[in-house]
Amino acid sequence: MDFNDTAEEAAFRAEAAAWLKDNVPTQEELAGLDDIAAAKLWQKRKYDAGWACIRWEKKYGGREATAIEQVIWNQEEAKYDTPGGVFVIGQGMAAPTLMTWGKPEHHERFLPKLASGEEIWCQLFSEPAGGSDLAALRTKAERDGDDWVINGQKIWTSGAHYSDYGILVVRTDPNVPKHKGLSYFFLDMKSPGVEIKPIKQLTGGANFNEVYFTDVRIPDSQRLGEVGQGWQVALTTLMNERAAIGGGGAGVNVDVAYRIASEVMIDDKPAIEDSAVRAKLADWYVQESGLRFTGYRSMTAMSRGEIPGPENSIGKLVGAPKTQEMASYCMDLLEMSGAIWDDKLSKEAGLLQLTYMGAPGGRIAGGTDEIMANIIAERVLGMPQEPRMDKGMSFNEVPTGSN
Amino acid sequence: MNFEFSEEQELLREQARGFLTEHCPPTAVRAVLNGDADHDQALWQKIAEMGWTATVIPEEFGGLGLSYLELVVIAEELGRAVAPVPFSSSVYLATEALLACGSTEQKEKWLPLLASGEAIGTFALAEGNGRPSVKSLNTRMGANGLNGRKIPVADGRAADFAVVVGASDSGDGASWYLVELDQAGVSREAVRTLDFTRGHAVLEFKDADAELLGGEGAGWAATDRLLDRAAVLFAWEQVGLADAAMIQARDYAMGRYAFGRAIASYQAIKHKLASMYVKNTLARSNCYYGAWALNTDSAELPLAAATARVGAIQAAVFAAEENVQTHGGMGFTWEFDCQFYYRRAKLLGVNVGSEGYWQDRLITAYEQNNAA
Repeated sequence: MDFNDTAEEAAFRAEAAAWLKDNVPTQEELAGLDDIAAAKLWQKRKYDAGWACIRWEKKYGGREATAIEQVIWNQEEAKYDTPGGVFVIGQGMAAPTLMTWGKPEHHERFLPKLASGEEIWCQLFSEPAGGSDLAALRTKAERDGDDWVINGQKIWTSGAHYSDYGILVVRTDPNVPKHKGLSYFFLDMKSPGVEIKPIKQLTGGANFNEVYFTDVRIPDSQRLGEVGQGWQVALTTLMNERAAIGGGGAGVNVDVAYRIASEVMIDDKPAIEDSAVRAKLADWYVQESGLRFTGYRSMTAMSRGEIPGPENSIGKLVGAPKTQEMASYCMDLLEMSGAIWDDKLSKEAGLLQLTYMGAPGGRIAGGTDEIMANIIAERVLGMPQEPRMDKGMSFNEVPTGSN
Repeated sequence: MNFEFSEEQELLREQARGFLTEHCPPTAVRAVLNGDADHDQALWQKIAEMGWTATVIPEEFGGLGLSYLELVVIAEELGRAVAPVPFSSSVYLATEALLACGSTEQKEKWLPLLASGEAIGTFALAEGNGRPSVKSLNTRMGANGLNGRKIPVADGRAADFAVVVGASDSGDGASWYLVELDQAGVSREAVRTLDFTRGHAVLEFKDADAELLGGEGAGWAATDRLLDRAAVLFAWEQVGLADAAMIQARDYAMGRYAFGRAIASYQAIKHKLASMYVKNTLARSNCYYGAWALNTDSAELPLAAATARVGAIQAAVFAAEENVQTHGGMGFTWEFDCQFYYRRAKLLGVNVGSEGYWQDRLITAYEQNNAA
């Protein structure tokens, strides 16, 4: 155990830091660009210099870095406020699935453009009737020559409106139990018959969508895994999703909370002198620190060849509710002004209110708190599943709310 | 960077777990629970023979000269086994106090005895209810010796000597005194705590023979430093205990049926167990940080120690409480072993400072780190 860099790691860190110092985009460079254009500018710059997706093979744009080097790179990049976020699904979820289940021609065609940020991907999994019970999804695919014809509806699809490609799970056989009748594809989001409708969120923003499929044709060559093997392929995506979404350290963290508690008063003394406030901050520090080192421990395990397992669910399970609690508590510290959400009037330019309003999404997206807890109990601790009413039943006989 | 124990350290863990499974089964804990002894003397002797008490003591003083990474592995296994021995008092506190502040003469006299387990040491800070502070110290050196009263002192009856924190008129307001306990100036009586498997005492000093350990008026800063180091080691015991309590709850829930199925299949129980796993995992990862900081004498030790300690207190107390709850009525009986964890988790949760005390120290250390 050594929390310090080895000589090689220190050299890598120095190289990364030096490159970042000279290449992080300035405010002037980003002026006038929307979030996606700004993110693409930064991603392309990293790609051209060999700093994108650094663990990937060199031929796809990576540098075959170690898991620990990834940690070091993340630490160094986090020292700057850089644009990003839109590539998480493509690079963090679609790409590992392509690597595991795709053919060499898929790798050559898609991985470099995922790394460079030229193409953005979205994830078409959830449906109105298939959320936590994802395998209950109904969108169907029927074979027609070399193509599959897709009809149905997806929902909660983040970034569908600006994505080039999507990963898709559909039902290819309704006459077998639900997990056995699924298949996995990827598709061009510009395909005829794909219709995207934004969903307005309680934050007021509209980052996610309903996606409708009407006789959308997908070539069989864009299938990942065998027909009927879609659930297994989807699990590869979901495992990586939990690792990619991680601890939710962005937004309100202990540093922000400490700053606020130092500035606002309780009984004419800085709030940070109040023992109850200190206790709260200490607990959140324990969680942040614990998640950071848990992540590092799994990096060490990965550098020994282990694959990310269900234990990675802990990041989201702890991080998402923590973010909500911290934003809520910091607003309480502001007392009556805590309700004000105005970039000019609010402390931290409205970060607390923005974070609080967005926090429920974090506790739901990519598996709810409750599903995450089930995964830990069942897949880490080995406890049995709840009895299922649909066990062994063919999908078309499973009871639903509509019949 | 490398965030795991070495293969040798993992081997040591296996050996330690095997040893304690054989020599410290639940029946051994129960024997102390039901009996009058302050600890399991036979187990203590075997532990000393294994060399665990000598782990970090330098070879020149009869120790093994190993690192703190070996010691935390042993600590975790002792916590897992709820071992009824004076290991924490003698190793995490008395040995550390001597290593930190002892004169060559004091080290030469005591460290070999501590290493071999022939002597037991302890640390005496508390003087009753409330958070100890330098102003609250009433123990003091007079013209004829040390006077005062310390309560509770872990292993106070078994110990051969205590490192006693007394008031001082100079320096930071406190001094450490090394006091041999088998003398006319010292009286000691058993104090019952909620953990019947760990002996405690009240110590009274009346003109007791005592010698300075470290500088006059340097005792409060030394106490702070000692508690940082001990906090990491106690935290590892707590993490071991928390893991054992979680496993006990899981195993019981798998075998206990209600309404026609294992209670482990109910989400109410699964989510309880998932909460234990989460707290235990965060605490363990923070304990890695603490172990590294302790082992390297890092400037981050105060922050790392407090972080490890707060997380470990919370994990151990939660796991112990909810383990009883998972067992239902059986968990509340004297017959079942759930009580071992329940008692020990609360004892460990206060004995080198409470959750609130360490939360406060954590934020103080965070402030100092940011200022540096």
